[in-house]
Amino acid sequence: MAKSIDISDLNIYYGDFLAVEGVSLSIPARSVTAFIGPSGCGKSTFLRSLNRMHEVIPGARVEGKVVVDGQSLYDPSVDPVEVRRMIGMVFQRPNPFPTMSIYENVLAGLRLNNKRLGRAEADAVVEKSLRSANLWEEVKDRLGKPGMGLSGGQQQRLCIARAIAVEPQVLLMDEPCSALDPISTSAIEDLIHELKTEYTIVIVTHNMQQAARVSEDTAFFNIAGANKPGKLIEMNPTKKIFSVPDEPATEAYISGRFG
Amino acid sequence: MSTIEAKAGSPKRRLGDLVFANLTRAAGLTILLALAGVAVFLTIEGIPAFTAGPEDLKGASSFVVYVWPLLFGTLLAAALALAIAVPLAIGVALTVSHYAPRRIATLIGYLIDLLAAVPSVVYGLWGGLFLGPKLVPLYEWLADHLSFIPFFAGPASTTGRTILTASIVLAIMVLPIVTAISREIFAQTPRLNEEAALALGATRWEMIRLSVFPYARSGIVSAAMLGLGRALGETMAVAMVLSASGVVTFNLISSTNPSTIAANIALTFADATGIQVNALIASGLVLFVITFVVNFAARWIVSRSEVSV
Ligand SMILES: Nc1ncnc2c1ncn2[C@@H]1O[C@H](COP(=O)(O)OP(=O)(O)OP(=O)(O)O)[C@@H](O)[C@H]1O
Ligand SMILES: [Mg+2]
Repeated sequence: MAKSIDISDLNIYYGDFLAVEGVSLSIPARSVTAFIGPSGCGKSTFLRSLNRMHEVIPGARVEGKVVVDGQSLYDPSVDPVEVRRMIGMVFQRPNPFPTMSIYENVLAGLRLNNKRLGRAEADAVVEKSLRSANLWEEVKDRLGKPGMGLSGGQQQRLCIARAIAVEPQVLLMDEPCSALDPISTSAIEDLIHELKTEYTIVIVTHNMQQAARVSEDTAFFNIAGANKPGKLIEMNPTKKIFSVPDEPATEAYISGRFG
Repeated sequence: MSTIEAKAGSPKRRLGDLVFANLTRAAGLTILLALAGVAVFLTIEGIPAFTAGPEDLKGASSFVVYVWPLLFGTLLAAALALAIAVPLAIGVALTVSHYAPRRIATLIGYLIDLLAAVPSVVYGLWGGLFLGPKLVPLYEWLADHLSFIPFFAGPASTTGRTILTASIVLAIMVLPIVTAISREIFAQTPRLNEEAALALGATRWEMIRLSVFPYARSGIVSAAMLGLGRALGETMAVAMVLSASGVVTFNLISSTNPSTIAANIALTFADATGIQVNALIASGLVLFVITFVVNFAARWIVSRSEVSV
């Protein structure tokens, strides 16, 4: 059920401001693809255009093509709500629903999809998702407690459980570990390793080691200067990017000789 | 530790703090004193009414019998007004905060705020002379077809000056404040929570249910309470719209209606003498107490539901 994504000539705007220009790349299925690049180069913007979350910002729009498994996401006949059900997202800051219990947080997406869910069925989904997110052992005795009562790292894993409970075909993660300690980070990296057997995963990260550890392919984005659009510099297998990148700019960035 | 800190702070700054602290304290005390003053006045001046006879109470045998229909009318009109205004206000506030394009949203916002600037006498005139007569056909229809519901038992008023008309006018009057507060709170829903719902594939309405309403719930209750305060105490509009006859009935569309405490005070105060004045003041005390009770009850309900979350 995992799917590949083909992007061609994508321009992404905030109103009149061109934030990302001319990106073409292919994200393979059942694999982890990392996006790296300096702050403000448009990684988040690009990621959000892959599940049509970009357009929820007033004035934001996209030109170009994003094709998932033969289906063009920006086709006028495509409902953005359906796209987001198929392509899940985990944000930089954990955002469980504050008034919901852990249990209900995991089920939130499913409840949107089909409201009728038997108790046993719901229990099974909650346990499976929380186990996949490496959170089950920590919360199994307090599923009825608010999701906000968990630590930051646990909340982030709860958000991952919530995202995978609906069994999306693609999982987008925007710096999922940036607010976490090394232990939670490594728990989430383990999780990404396990998830890639079933999901297509795209992860934005500022942590080079993390990109090197978790991803098969890496795309490097860069920006020429303030108020210039971000561009894709190169995309290659992670091993190659971190040893013999094609572009000098990539080399400079990953070796810290940036700017 | 504390002595070191005290020395470190510059004297000038501390003087400012002191002045400000005392100013705020004085402001807080003023409110408490004003409230206490009103309560004391109402109580002292109201006491003679409790022993008053029928001649001073419009024929009622005791003060309780006198004030009960008024209290009933007050609560009924206010409750109806809120039942109409709150859903409408939430709808308008949501339109402004989450649905309408920005320019139209701002325009709607201005128009709603403008409603608040219309004096209540104008609402009274409009309700009694225009809205009431216009509603007569509706009331007749209700009396013909839905008279099995006690609210619409009829016979329908021929002037339209019913408690339902008064409640509709009240609803329009409380709409601006409830809308304005709800709109502020809806707009403050954290972006993060809204995007959490959207990214799961929520439609806009589902996003509002998942993120906006849970966040705004206690604020909506506060907004409704402010509206309720206005509806309970509103005088002129009710006095001018309602043809009151001091009954206790749930029939909303007939020509015999309960009056409200505030309207009753406004209508009879000018001609009242002696103990009659005390009776009016005592009814004011009842209104004062009821407003407090309702407010506290609502806050208690909100705080309880907050804890259990
Ligand atoms: N909501 C917005 N409205 C207008 N411009 C925006 C908005 N969000 C981002 N931008 C602009 O788009 C450009 C790309 O931003 P984006 O957040 O995608 O960068 P990023 O690569 O994710 O950076 P970081 O690594 O700091 O998260 C920036 O110039 C930013 O100012
Ligand atoms: Mg970002």
